[in-house]
Amino acid sequence: MSVSIDARGPRWSALFTTVVLATALVTSSVWVITFQAVVFAIGVIRGPQFTPYAFLFKKLIKPRLKSTVTFEDVRPPQFAQAVGLAFTLVAIIGSTTGAGGVFTVAVGLALAAAFLNAAFNYCLGCQMYLLILRARF
Amino acid sequence: MKTFIPLAIVLVLATGFGLWYQRTRGEFRKKKTVNGPKLTAAIVGTELGSRATMVQFSSAFCTPCRATKVLLEDMVKAMPDVRYAHVDAESHLELVRELDIRSTPTTLFLNHAGVEVGRAMGTPKRAQVHAALAAIH
Repeated sequence: MSVSIDARGPRWSALFTTVVLATALVTSSVWVITFQAVVFAIGVIRGPQFTPYAFLFKKLIKPRLKSTVTFEDVRPPQFAQAVGLAFTLVAIIGSTTGAGGVFTVAVGLALAAAFLNAAFNYCLGCQMYLLILRARF
Repeated sequence: MKTFIPLAIVLVLATGFGLWYQRTRGEFRKKKTVNGPKLTAAIVGTELGSRATMVQFSSAFCTPCRATKVLLEDMVKAMPDVRYAHVDAESHLELVRELDIRSTPTTLFLNHAGVEVGRAMGTPKRAQVHAALAAIH
């Protein structure tokens, strides 16, 4: 039996992620990216509903929302956190090895995915999942 | 100002993609060649419709799948010559590969002989389903 979460949570988390990643892209700050990488790591290991962004959503945003809860399987958003973590780790490596271009591209891609999720409810992980399954077996 | 260029590029490209993605969800894409595999009742798990059959591929990793299933099941109630079949992509990976299903939900529109006439990716709107079925004789 898989866990279900409020589907609106990941979208708001994607909004916070977009802001943080945009900041990292503009400032080229490895600290901002490291913070985001930690958030992604919490999302992967414990679950997207346990990140600081999810906490913000639950305490500040959710009580003020007029829409009703719809539930979704936690696994697609959790997979998305893993994709985000991979991108931010590459960005950190790029930054610490002096490869600024790698940093920019990795952060740019992570930002694109977060922005698409926040603005268009596009789930990159959902799109990739079946393709990965097909290739694996 | 220079530091904002990557951000601007990402947002413009992502917005373009996002708008295209939203517009094409549920869109009926006509199959260009008509010599694909014929799907039978045995394969899709239910009798084919006398005029058309809608075969929806779903997976657990798929938030819009449930909404699509609810919509299509409801629509066939009023159409005695159309049937709805539901296939779990994860347990039918060979079929997924054969039919080149890349994401879920993907709904195949079959004619009375079980030949695919076209397909729609993402959750279609009622009008889109009606239009797709109207083209099948």
